Amino acid sequence: MNGEPTAVAISARNGIEAAMRFVLPVVVLALGVLAWELIVRLKEIPPYELPGPVLVFQTLVEDWGLLSDSLLVTLWTTLQGFVLAAIGGVVLAVLFNQSRLIEYSFYPYAVILQVTPVVAIAPLLLIWLPQPAAVLACAWIVAFFPVLANTTLGLNSVDHNLADLFRLYGASRLQVLTRLKLPAALPYILGGLKIAGGLSLIGAVVAEMAASSAGAGSGLAYRIMESGYRLNIPRMFAALVLLSVAGIVIYFLLAWFSHLMLRRWHESAVVREG
Amino acid sequence: MISVALRDVSKSFPSGVTALDHFDLELHPGEFVSLLGPSGCGKSTALRLIAGLMAPTRGTVTWPSRGAAHHGEIGFVFQEPTLMPWGTVAANVQLPLSLRHADATDAGVRVAAALKQVGLDGFPHAYPRELSGGMKMRASIARALVTEPALLLMDEPFAALDEITRFKLNDDLIALWCAVKRTVVFVTHSVFESVYLSERVVVMTPRPGRVFAELRIDAPYPRDQQFRTSAEYASLCRQVSEALADASSRGGGA
Repeated sequence: MNGEPTAVAISARNGIEAAMRFVLPVVVLALGVLAWELIVRLKEIPPYELPGPVLVFQTLVEDWGLLSDSLLVTLWTTLQGFVLAAIGGVVLAVLFNQSRLIEYSFYPYAVILQVTPVVAIAPLLLIWLPQPAAVLACAWIVAFFPVLANTTLGLNSVDHNLADLFRLYGASRLQVLTRLKLPAALPYILGGLKIAGGLSLIGAVVAEMAASSAGAGSGLAYRIMESGYRLNIPRMFAALVLLSVAGIVIYFLLAWFSHLMLRRWHESAVVREG
Repeated sequence: MISVALRDVSKSFPSGVTALDHFDLELHPGEFVSLLGPSGCGKSTALRLIAGLMAPTRGTVTWPSRGAAHHGEIGFVFQEPTLMPWGTVAANVQLPLSLRHADATDAGVRVAAALKQVGLDGFPHAYPRELSGGMKMRASIARALVTEPALLLMDEPFAALDEITRFKLNDDLIALWCAVKRTVVFVTHSVFESVYLSERVVVMTPRPGRVFAELRIDAPYPRDQQFRTSAEYASLCRQVSEALADASSRGGGA
């Protein structure tokens, strides 16, 4: 057994490694939660300072009606913001790619929109727009730029020889766009979407917080602010946990979608042996 | 009869590099011509001028049928396979036809025929990354052949392949050319490859690129392993090597 590793040994080792990647974070989580509960109990920390995980979970169950409604509100905003950001980002990038004039005229403003902190814009948007629209606008502003920037990069990273080939065969502008540039940009677009999913949630939360200080709203961020004012810290934690889980689920859904789209041809999705 | 003619062609780039200077070349229908020279001698530039992918700074490039009509009359094989990674082998080979909205059934037949010609008939549904370097190049050649072009331009297509694969593809290219008799312009920096493949070797000087000498290779086709090891082949290679050495010393100096 001390020569070349056999195929069985290799596949067993790969299996163990895959299991470790799943088991280890779970073990760390369990240990962390256990330590948290122990510290809270041993030190007798009051719940309004730091609730233990058991209490947080109880609150999550007891307040599920209220919290799930808020979760749906936040998720709905996030989803709308994400879809609009995806469409807006790709369409703008294609427009910029097709016309230098449009690109030079508007790209700087896309950057300005991105670099201005959304927390600072949110109160203004809340004055101008009805609250749901303002929250949505915030989610969109934060999420669309990575899609725009990545798609722009992707549309410009076409193999020059392939572009020449299309020219040699007399391809139309539309054919070059749909059959060469967009497929070549797809891995970049999907990379942008993965970032945009998380950012859209962040944008929605930031806007809900700004809105709740104006006394309106019902999303999860609003629940967090409200619980803070009422010193209902267990509920605050429960809402926070829901937000985290939502972010994780969004990330994995998009990563899975990206893998599905690219698995046949792109290097990033190819599982290499050995 | 001439199929393509370059007359007194010069090409300079905005960077100030003069790739070609007073370059003359005539291509006759059905012949196999190699452009031989050290890298940077403007071989690839000449090929792109013939393809109409760039315009000459001075001089003229004439095709028998002028204008945009040469789309599809020319097949181009690049140094890299240049396949669309998101498309199957069949989709890649079909590209020139589908860009012209060719009839799908007819296109399918022609794609199958082109794949058979290059020995890839078992791999229409494979993706490029699943193929070896040699097979990718075969797919690239099949794509260039699918429109049945009168002129096939090849830009150092086998330079990146290992020697065994290169020899095999050289033999297959000769067989293919004997079967279809298209005009082939083959750019290479390998003396041995140019002598083995072509009827005519055009030796170029570097910087700026100019025709230095033309040598006829009169050995009969199909050429094979026997030709590769013959005294005739060795002596032809020596002649071409000497011409290439002269061209390099006569040129601007590398």
